[in-house]
Amino acid sequence: MSDSKQIKKKRNELESHIELALKAARKYGADAAEISVAEDKGLSVTVRNGEIETLENHFDKGLAITVFNKQCKGSSSTSDFSEKAIRQAVKTATDIASFTAQDEFSGLAEYDELAWDYPDLNLYYPWGVSAEEATEIAIQCETAALKGDKRIVNSEGASISSFESFRAYGNSHGFIGSYPASSHSLSCAVIGKENDAMQRDYWYTAARDNNLLEDAKRVGKKAAKRTVARLNAKKLSTSKLPILFSPEMASGLIGHFVVAVSGSSLYRKSSFLLDSLGEKIFPDWMHIYEQPHIVSGLGSAPFDSEGVKTRSRNIVSHGVIDSYILNSYAARKLKLTTTGNAGGVHNLCVETGNLNFNAMLKLMDKGLLVTELMGQGINMVTGDYSRGAAGFWVENGKIQYPVEEITIAGNLKDMFSNIVAIGNDIDTRLTTRTGSILVEEMMIAGE
Amino acid sequence: MAKTKSTILSSTDVSEIELAKTLARVMSQGGVDAADLYFQKSHSEFWSLEDSIVKHGDFNIEQGVGVRAISGEKTGFAYSDEISIKALKSAANAARAISRQGQKHSVNALPKMHESFHLYDAVDPIDTFSAEEKVKLLESVDIEARRIDSRVTQVMVSLAGERSAILVAAADGTLASDVRPLVRLSVSVIVEANGRREQGGAGGGARVGYGYFLEEERALEYAREAVRQAVLKLDAVDAPAGAMTVVLGAGWPGVLLHEAVGHGLEGDFNRKGSSAFSGRVGERIATSECTVVDDGTLANRRGSLNVDDEGTPTQCTTLIENGILKGYLQDKLNGRLMGEASTGNGRRESYAHLPMPRMTNTYMLPGKYEHDEIIASVDRGLYAVNFAGGQVDITSGKFVFSASEAYLIENGKITSPVRGATLIGNGPDVLTKVSMVGNNLKLDEGVGTCGKEGQSVPVGVGQPSLKIDELTVGGTSV
Repeated sequence: MSDSKQIKKKRNELESHIELALKAARKYGADAAEISVAEDKGLSVTVRNGEIETLENHFDKGLAITVFNKQCKGSSSTSDFSEKAIRQAVKTATDIASFTAQDEFSGLAEYDELAWDYPDLNLYYPWGVSAEEATEIAIQCETAALKGDKRIVNSEGASISSFESFRAYGNSHGFIGSYPASSHSLSCAVIGKENDAMQRDYWYTAARDNNLLEDAKRVGKKAAKRTVARLNAKKLSTSKLPILFSPEMASGLIGHFVVAVSGSSLYRKSSFLLDSLGEKIFPDWMHIYEQPHIVSGLGSAPFDSEGVKTRSRNIVSHGVIDSYILNSYAARKLKLTTTGNAGGVHNLCVETGNLNFNAMLKLMDKGLLVTELMGQGINMVTGDYSRGAAGFWVENGKIQYPVEEITIAGNLKDMFSNIVAIGNDIDTRLTTRTGSILVEEMMIAGE
Repeated sequence: MAKTKSTILSSTDVSEIELAKTLARVMSQGGVDAADLYFQKSHSEFWSLEDSIVKHGDFNIEQGVGVRAISGEKTGFAYSDEISIKALKSAANAARAISRQGQKHSVNALPKMHESFHLYDAVDPIDTFSAEEKVKLLESVDIEARRIDSRVTQVMVSLAGERSAILVAAADGTLASDVRPLVRLSVSVIVEANGRREQGGAGGGARVGYGYFLEEERALEYAREAVRQAVLKLDAVDAPAGAMTVVLGAGWPGVLLHEAVGHGLEGDFNRKGSSAFSGRVGERIATSECTVVDDGTLANRRGSLNVDDEGTPTQCTTLIENGILKGYLQDKLNGRLMGEASTGNGRRESYAHLPMPRMTNTYMLPGKYEHDEIIASVDRGLYAVNFAGGQVDITSGKFVFSASEAYLIENGKITSPVRGATLIGNGPDVLTKVSMVGNNLKLDEGVGTCGKEGQSVPVGVGQPSLKIDELTVGGTSV
């Protein structure tokens, strides 16, 4: 990384807080300690009906410390980076550790797993957009949405947000790592009205590099198009039908898989995929892998939140689970090795076929295209799934009309094994990247 | 001077004169017509038990000041985690940049602060128990859950406590403070029998000290309740699918009101005309059985506040009276733009977030029917007692809430427990289908958290038993 002086200075500053905290932890008698520090600076501007509505200046920072004393764990955090406050936070964490119980599985990640040498993933693109410029872009976006269709009658506004952050992590193995990152986004939500009923929908674009954001007018037009497409929605009658999950909804579906094979769900036995390593869960043509080092990727990270090196690997091959998703604690509980997933997955990619979205509709022929899901109706212990849905009725391979106020229900295990096809319409805005997913059959409840 | 002021400002260089000076600085920008400063000093702790041992404790400090400048419908906002004259000055300059020009408005003199901490004691829950007592409390819950049923294989218990002191100073002459304690205990268990596993959860909380959990064996009751729910599900049959009569139990099922009507009646959505309820004050939106209020003044309740986050005293606001929509929940900004007064519902997650209209404790007043009478009136339907939460689309009015404990009703009798199912309906319609309201009003146990535009705040819900003639149930069995 051709660190500018400024970046270097900031990284050194955060790393020096870590060194101070580690020193204090030793002084207070901790056997081991880990510290993470973050600093975020940002601007968000929302315009509504052509006028600026809110202008927010963000600056957040925090230092979190965890200490281990004879495998008893205590944590504390502070937003005050003064020496005194950091020492106090360390002391508080140490005090807590004198009351928690000894846990043979607790502790830092293993020395050899740490990212002693980590790559620069080019995650930092400071935009430096001014409030005036941001307002202008947001207005362009919203105007395109409002003009997108005469049935668009109201706006919830268009927003730009631009954040720059610095992350640092260090532990008493002697590891210290830090990196800068940025994230920028533009979103727009509008309201359409027809026959006295209103619908709202939105579109957004997000990227590490502001130059890769979708054009403002296009974002606005898409928001308008998506909103009017929902007008005059009908209910469906109760029946069993094929379901096509749009890429955004499909990403959520794969997200449930991630939770089910995550270490904490497994060792707590609160997953419907217990003992599933080596088991066939998906159809044999399905592959899922993690790619943490995609350059400028929204989900990319050089190391996880325990300092463990992240690496590309298969999670599902030929429908069979190759690897769980683990941090070091869960790994020790399960007698496995950490997979560098403390804090979550980094760019989970579902391999797609060569069918585009229209081909997927054609393949389904008749059924429900789901573009929105509501509610928390998922039981991770059993896999039982029942959620509110909205989307479109598809017949003869074509979208016929919008539908709403229905639910879809099934069991995640069945849904996974009954996946018929995956489209190549990947949504790259999401950290779990997949195309649309066609599931053979689910129960739809409506009238 | 009052205790809150001393807590928040004492160790800083910010004096009371500085509050007036900062407000004057913000208001000196032409076109700025309202401004406020929000100081917060909070600390919180979290203890968790798993595998029968207390594995983790965490302590956090959060403090800072947010400065807001309003010009018509425009809001400028900046904040700092440092409470100092320098930080106030720089936040004031950033916030007031929202306005370029216009008439200058004056600042009302700040009154002497008078405090009325009457809804809950200004205790620091964290100090009410020693660390040993907290550990013991968590362990007692684990022991109880495992004691009462041998099918329990995992117990997770968490204890959270916080104290948040706030101070609001506004250019309209508001000077108010509050000290808000909040505790919560949650239990989650896993049971296993005949190769089937199920989960159950329970918990409670209030604006009190930790002693609350020992009174009336509350903590142990949560353990028993979590086990009861999990075990019940072991024998559950598939939930039915389709439109049918639904009876909702008293208490936590009041989530229905929160999602179906509460959010849609928040002032911001109605000022913008984006709610399915916009422009409908005075219209019938429910059967005459239904009267719904939002009440921030209930003693010790999780959703209650002495003053909201704009310094306005909370109140009991009637949203629906005998089926007629009476009004909206307002903060200062939306109230002013709609020509109404704030209803004391301006809330924010922290100093780093902007306030907006939010619910406090939302519930339906009791009706005239016995609970048993309501069940007996249903030939075939669903009796839903516990919910995992809900969600609403304000604009289309569609809402869902997910039943975690429900039973079939057959021929006027409660029969088999069913697996979890989502219920979906249309907010503006659902209360027009309420044909019976029970006389058994109950409020929830104090665990509700409401999310809106990325901000979380503690809330309460409640209701008596209700019969809804038709609602879509998202099960799997026809």
